Amino acid sequence: MANAVLTAPSDERVSTRNTLQKLLVRPEIGALVGAVVLFIFFSAIAPVFLQPSSLATVLYGSSTIGIMAVGVALLMIGGEFDLSTGVAVITSALSASMFSWYFSVNIWVGVLFALVVSLGIGFINGWILVKTKLPSFIVTLATFLMLAGLNLGLTRLIGGAVATPSISDIDGFDAARAIFASSVKIGGVDVNVTVFIWIALVIVASWVLLRTRVGNWIFAVGGDANAARAVGVPVTKTKIGLFMAVGFCGWILGMHNLFAFNTVQSGEGVGNEFLYIIAAVIGGCLLTGGYGSAVGGAIGAFIFGMANKGIVYAQWNPDWFKFFLGLMLLLATIVNLIVKRRAESK
Amino acid sequence: MNAQQIDQQTLLKDEKDPLTHTPVHLLSLDKVGKHYGNVIALRDVTMAVDNGRVTCVLGDNGAGKSTLIKIIAGLHQHDEGSFKIMGEDRKLGSPREALDAGIAAVYQDLAVVSLMPIWRNFFLGSELTTGTGPFRRLDVQKMKDITLKELAEMGIDLRDVEQPIGQLSGGERQCVAIARAVYFGAKVLILDEPTAALGVKQSGVVLRYILQARDRGLGVIFITHNPHHAFPVGDRFLLLKRGKSIGYYEKKDITLEELTAQMAGGAELAELAHELEQLGGHTEALNEVKAEVAGVVDAAPESNAKRH
Repeated sequence: MANAVLTAPSDERVSTRNTLQKLLVRPEIGALVGAVVLFIFFSAIAPVFLQPSSLATVLYGSSTIGIMAVGVALLMIGGEFDLSTGVAVITSALSASMFSWYFSVNIWVGVLFALVVSLGIGFINGWILVKTKLPSFIVTLATFLMLAGLNLGLTRLIGGAVATPSISDIDGFDAARAIFASSVKIGGVDVNVTVFIWIALVIVASWVLLRTRVGNWIFAVGGDANAARAVGVPVTKTKIGLFMAVGFCGWILGMHNLFAFNTVQSGEGVGNEFLYIIAAVIGGCLLTGGYGSAVGGAIGAFIFGMANKGIVYAQWNPDWFKFFLGLMLLLATIVNLIVKRRAESK
Repeated sequence: MNAQQIDQQTLLKDEKDPLTHTPVHLLSLDKVGKHYGNVIALRDVTMAVDNGRVTCVLGDNGAGKSTLIKIIAGLHQHDEGSFKIMGEDRKLGSPREALDAGIAAVYQDLAVVSLMPIWRNFFLGSELTTGTGPFRRLDVQKMKDITLKELAEMGIDLRDVEQPIGQLSGGERQCVAIARAVYFGAKVLILDEPTAALGVKQSGVVLRYILQARDRGLGVIFITHNPHHAFPVGDRFLLLKRGKSIGYYEKKDITLEELTAQMAGGAELAELAHELEQLGGHTEALNEVKAEVAGVVDAAPESNAKRH
């Protein structure tokens, strides 16, 4: 369809494509429209939604999804996806807490150990993927199941319970908490530090994606890995690196969970991987790779946060949340599709 | 057979082997072979590539053309014979190594990433950067300018280098890939069936770029199964069949008719026609085969005319 439209006025120059149209072909436009609509909607039916403290809560909810959505969006642009992210976050938190508790060392040693574990999980995911050439669905589904099992099994084996012992009295806890789970007062409102980490990650990811060689390679390996390899792009390294970036995001969120609650439930995290993927897809990342943006993933996460908390502020039953999320996913992707087609055909 | 002879006649005049100071070929293959397990994909292939010359590799599907270019482009390694770059024996481990040696391949189906803008495709894998350390970033404006200029020099007038390359026509995409290879200092350009999926007019456009690349002093390897495309632009012709070389000619030693006959296996076509006749068919298929045998002769003068 796009082809037929394009060949017709073959001598037409680009000046006809104005700024508005350029904006409309951006990958995150569908999500942006959805976010604005949702924001107006909740502001209208629940005035409390507009209060600064409510917004801070919404942003906090968004950030816990958004931090992961950054990595997942990059990975999806690179043509793969990861089903193990939800439990990998918990694995990271468990590693830090169990390591420090079992060996009675400073919590920072555990935090660094967790970073190695998270990057290692990403590396193994990516390495198996490029070596076996199996679809990422299978590879990460396998790691998802194995990690879920390891989380439960090792926690019981080492700690003798399904949750980790509290780590609040271990050396270094307060400093680590200040970095991963404190809040900052802005205009009289407590804003969780994860919001700032989230925003920083989005900025760094956008910069990498649009303004560095690695970003070019990410789009290329997702768009057409064979073509990328043929012109000398290190496809294997790029893919493994993307999985490790997801691992890094998982580490940050894992550390937040650990220091916010002092203890970790080993069975948690299952199902969260879909929230991250949904945020990236709502944000305009193509499931087939090669298209999308980090900002889109952030807007997707913000939509999630608004829906999640907005339902509470509107005093609806939270049972409706899942339905709402599904509807948003469908609408945002349809809007993406329509807007893109229309902009390309002009 | 006559490979040795062609070797002697077409050796480069100005390029010297750094060790022996005798003239060398840009690329030369001698009795190169490759097998996958016990399947022999290629054997006994001898050919040479020089500056400003087009070496055509012709063969039907499964003749071993792809295996041959994969060896030259660094995607596979040969098991037998020798592959020399500037007189030096080499085995290329990756496409990157091939690129560093000045060998660039333009593939029919995987030349570009269609969702990416033209300028990003043009510089993919060899991006220009500015700044240092963590602030090293893409030099976007410079890359856009160069893309526009290089493509204009190849005669491609673009509206916008920001548009996804998938929106260009097949011929234009090939040309972007060729321009890219030329810009990045390729000495040898491998074109894998660049005209296979194109219409008559688009094919002509691509053939013209092949000649432009040749005139810029590149050694071109042009892979095709269409002798009518190969003959007007080629200087040397290597014919492959079932993984084996069945002929290596200079242009002056062969005519288009002979080339076509060898390619299609004229004897085989005649035999097929005979067989069909015996099976009792004045069927459409029989007529078609006969027409094809006749067409070999008919088409010849036309292509010759195009050359002059």
